[in-house]
Amino acid sequence: MTALLDVVNLRTSFPTPSGLVRAVDGVNLKVEPGGSVGIVGESGSGKSVLSLTIMGLVACPPAIITADKIEFEGRDLSHASQAQWRGVRGNRLAMIFQDPMTSLNPFLTVGDQLAEPLIVHRQASAADARNKAKELLQRVGIPAASERLDAYPHQFSGGMRQRVMIAMAMACEPALIIADEPTTALDVTVQAQILDLMREIRESAGTAFVLITHDMGVAAGFCDEINVMYAGRVVERGSTRSIFRDPRHPYTKALLESVPRLDDPPGGRFLPIPGQPPDLTSLPVGCSYAPRCRWVQPGCLETAPTLVPVENDPARTKACFVDMADPKGQV
Amino acid sequence: MLVMVLKRLGGVILTVWMVATLSFFLIRLAPGNPFANELHSLSPEEDAARRREYHLDESYSVQYGYWLWDLCRGDLGDSMKYRGKTVNALIAQTFPTSLALGSMAMLMALVVGMTTGVLAALRQNSPTDYALMAVAVFGISLPSFVFAMLGIVLFVFGARLFPLAGWESYRHVILPAMALSLPFAAKISRLTRVGMLEVLGEDFIRTAYAKGLAERHVVIKHALRGAMLPVISYLGPAFALILTGSLVIEKIFFLPGLGTIFVQAATNRDYNVVLGTVVVFSTLLCFFNFLVDLSYSLLDPRVKGSTGE
Repeated sequence: MTALLDVVNLRTSFPTPSGLVRAVDGVNLKVEPGGSVGIVGESGSGKSVLSLTIMGLVACPPAIITADKIEFEGRDLSHASQAQWRGVRGNRLAMIFQDPMTSLNPFLTVGDQLAEPLIVHRQASAADARNKAKELLQRVGIPAASERLDAYPHQFSGGMRQRVMIAMAMACEPALIIADEPTTALDVTVQAQILDLMREIRESAGTAFVLITHDMGVAAGFCDEINVMYAGRVVERGSTRSIFRDPRHPYTKALLESVPRLDDPPGGRFLPIPGQPPDLTSLPVGCSYAPRCRWVQPGCLETAPTLVPVENDPARTKACFVDMADPKGQV
Repeated sequence: MLVMVLKRLGGVILTVWMVATLSFFLIRLAPGNPFANELHSLSPEEDAARRREYHLDESYSVQYGYWLWDLCRGDLGDSMKYRGKTVNALIAQTFPTSLALGSMAMLMALVVGMTTGVLAALRQNSPTDYALMAVAVFGISLPSFVFAMLGIVLFVFGARLFPLAGWESYRHVILPAMALSLPFAAKISRLTRVGMLEVLGEDFIRTAYAKGLAERHVVIKHALRGAMLPVISYLGPAFALILTGSLVIEKIFFLPGLGTIFVQAATNRDYNVVLGTVVVFSTLLCFFNFLVDLSYSLLDPRVKGSTGE
């Protein structure tokens, strides 16, 4: 089976007065049709820029984007023209954004905004687009859909707006939806509803998802595969099960330890990761995580590790020299 | 919505009434009288007869009563200077000129200002942007009579494109309207640019691009409306400034407009004509501001009282 999305060695950098910010620094990403891939990391790890780059939404210039390959449905988009991008965006490849409060246009009715992708990509007539928009609203569980078409975004709650965003992304039945922190701005109960909705869409329509989140719990509940990002690079990749059961990268382990768990003893403390994410304009020579790492070895400060298979399992890779079970054993 | 409209209309009437009343007493308190000037004056008998004719021999309150009653019936009285001419006729004769000049200038200011503003915003920090904004600074700093003179030198004596002055054909309106509109075009251009840049940075613009819409579509359908809000709120004051600006421009280009009548009436102490023009100007201004408020709620569904609520 050929991959739906195959990104090889993607780099996105922004020139700034204080130097080149390497927001995404050589990332490979593969998404199978109908798959669901999670990208997890702290703020500033480059996960949002990665998703915007895949959508072709990073203005360039000023940004500098290079990639060996950005292949989507068998077409290489790394040198696509703006017109080619427009044909893909919102059509085969759609996106859901973090903040549903600001991501919908306050001046236009919800029906209007829902109809747009249909009119642009499907050449639908206004009446057909309106009908389809109504169906989409019903599909994402918005009651009284036909009346709500003429409402404005400010008349919806946060969760309902995110449903509208999802309906908009689904309008042209895309093969892949990139969801950038889709639940971060929502209440916990609403978060669960939105994730359920996305899961249901994935199952019924076979849409693949890339879920970007800083929330390990959200990723665990939704994704088959997880990529842990740090300082613009993927540091560990594997199936959700293996990553959670047996993290092999010190950063992944630290992330998991910093999440409170129901079975923690009451009054216990979280384990924060000491230090700050590195300055992306001046990354250390060696491993970017080394300054914060508990298992750091002298060699880590000299050469940057690359993603290598763990225990000869090609589906499971990490970028770390250290074997956490036996820290002295490698390097 | 309807309640709001009626409320605002009531406000318009109240404001116009207050302005007219204030002007009524102020013009009578000013020294001089309508029937005399430095060069010649009427004999005491004639003067008394004229005063009787215009009710000026009565007390101020009685005069005001007469005047207000006439005003309510839409009668602005007779000119005290131009014998046999009613104020209504004078205004009817001159108002179209001013209206043509003012609306032409407003239209030019909006078209030029908005196009250049959007262009500058889309090419932010490019040479185009810098050049347009540099011109805009000149436009804002220089008063319109400077442009009038400049325009006369360049286009009348230089390129011989337009006639010098007067009011005969559409070609006579272009140069005065251009001179009048330039400062406003400049200001509107800057406001559009700022408004546009702000809106283009919003998340929903990124959403629009993510749907695969073309830049043209994103700008026109998604950005322009929000970017217009600062421009709309400037249109009220701009209209007042265009009215006063047209007094000067009409003088320079010898246009037989309302402004010319107004200035002459004020120096002649032609009470009725002054008050008539004041009523027309203030009604126009208030009504325009009313329209601006109304368009706010039409443009932005979040504004209370709009159809969305």
